[in-house]
Amino acid sequence: MSKLMNWSGSLLVVLAGLLALVIVPSIVELYVLIDLSIYASFGILALSLGLVWGYGGILSLGQAAFFGLGGYAYAVAAINLGDSASALLIGIAIPACFAAVLGYFMFWGNVSDVYLGVMTLTVALILHSFISQTAGDQWVIGNAPLGGLNGIPGTPILSWPWSPDASMTLREVYSVTVVLLLCSYLGCKAYLASNPGRILVAARENELRCQLLGYNVRRYKQLAFVIGGGLAGLAGVLFANSVFVNPAMFGLSVNAQSIIWVIVGGLGTLIGPLVGAFLVQFLTKSLGSISQVPGLAWLDPNLVLGLFLVLFVLFVPKGLAPLFRSASLGLFPLAGKAGLRKSSTNGRQRSGT
Amino acid sequence: MTGERQDSRLLIETLGLTKRFGGVTALKGIDFRLKEGELRCLIGPNGAGKSTFFKCLTGQYKASAGEVRLRGQCLRHLQGHDIAQRGVGIKTQVPNVFENLSVRENVWLAALRVFGRQGAREKSEEIMERLGLTHLAETTTSRLAHGQRQLVELAMVLAPDPDLILLDEPAAGMSDEEISRLVDIIKQLNQHGALVIVEHDMQFIREIATTVTVFHQGEVLVEGGVQDILDNETVRDVYLGKETERC
Repeated sequence: MSKLMNWSGSLLVVLAGLLALVIVPSIVELYVLIDLSIYASFGILALSLGLVWGYGGILSLGQAAFFGLGGYAYAVAAINLGDSASALLIGIAIPACFAAVLGYFMFWGNVSDVYLGVMTLTVALILHSFISQTAGDQWVIGNAPLGGLNGIPGTPILSWPWSPDASMTLREVYSVTVVLLLCSYLGCKAYLASNPGRILVAARENELRCQLLGYNVRRYKQLAFVIGGGLAGLAGVLFANSVFVNPAMFGLSVNAQSIIWVIVGGLGTLIGPLVGAFLVQFLTKSLGSISQVPGLAWLDPNLVLGLFLVLFVLFVPKGLAPLFRSASLGLFPLAGKAGLRKSSTNGRQRSGT
Repeated sequence: MTGERQDSRLLIETLGLTKRFGGVTALKGIDFRLKEGELRCLIGPNGAGKSTFFKCLTGQYKASAGEVRLRGQCLRHLQGHDIAQRGVGIKTQVPNVFENLSVRENVWLAALRVFGRQGAREKSEEIMERLGLTHLAETTTSRLAHGQRQLVELAMVLAPDPDLILLDEPAAGMSDEEISRLVDIIKQLNQHGALVIVEHDMQFIREIATTVTVFHQGEVLVEGGVQDILDNETVRDVYLGKETERC
């Protein structure tokens, strides 16, 4: 029973993923599938921040830097190579490498806590400003114009490796996005269960003790940061396939949203950021639709969403996942002892960041 | 007893070790030598520089002048984790554990680097049994009493089998029963390695130590056998006072 409690999050995500793969495409319209693809790519972005911040204690306020880099790297590589499968790998590798370089300066330079947050956010905003001014013929990489504020509207769609000339349909893009979301989630689970993952969580709990035990904490943090960067890059690639790449991917809005997803879902969990991303994006979309209804134009979506978030932080400060976990422990008291300990391990109630 | 089995090789030494914090000099040119297998107690009033000395030995503080040598190797350019990898373990003054992890996870993580995943499992069980922590294995560390947390940290220090163990006030907050167990453990540990122990409890020191170093205002005031130190007028004046009379 306790094992079931510990793996309930994974089971839930896998079941939801199977449901999304098998049943959803046959019952919803194409535009809903496109929306769900976007939500799923945001889910991977939220997962990357959930890993880096929630488990590594690295407050990356500029996770969108890797999201945008992934999208742009994919678009430029796909246009130049004509092979979107290898472009996908490039879209993951370049933000991961960028995270490695940035992480090296931050962790080996002993930048910590809020300064680290400011630094990552600044990097994202610098990239946003830079990409925004790349309009004109001089800003071309190979055959790919960067397009300034317009971005790259003709971002190539993914193709199957065995059929590089034929782009996937949007339904296929949806399926691939869901599968990659599942793989990302399970990959993060496996990483956190591995030795480097366990040491990462220990370092978040008590960095000094980790060092005194002989662990080079900076190395473990950098590994987590690189994995987070790669995941955010993958999210950017998938987003580019459902929409197209544009400078807003680096913007303050995406950075702020990703933080909100993690807070709403639950910091220190993996399932929480996923749920948070889907829920907040669904609410944003729904509020936008409601305000279109005659007589409800006064219902400004941003205002309502802001109010919702304030209430959420006040009344559910730990997020949804810990709330549901506590509720399920109430339902299954026999599983409580083991589950409670696990929740406190994952919960970050005491660590600083 | 411990003196008889002391290896004559030098394990750790400090040469003119100095640490300044702005205008305050916490350590003033400390020369300290410890042989393999030796057990040494450090005593001194609050602010004498004992904990700062430990932090310099473990790389938490960089020395302002002078150096620390471990088996002849200068540690100046090494980070804290490098020094720990060379076999130096420390139990800090305030219990320094992974608060939200269970006792078993704490000890397992401490043993993981040296013994690997499976080996750490066996090692952690062995250490918990030795320190009487097995019944608390699944308890989250933050829920333990202060003395129990001290034992958990001690278990973490012992788990990687260090050659040099530094214990900063290990008996603080412990019950008589726990202190008695701690004395036995320290005697056992001294059969295999060297220890430096900072402690204020003179009864405890009498039970474990043969040699005592007295710190005062960042300097080594005097060094010698336990009884010599207790009988030393200067030491009484600066530190022991009424405490000696009580003992």
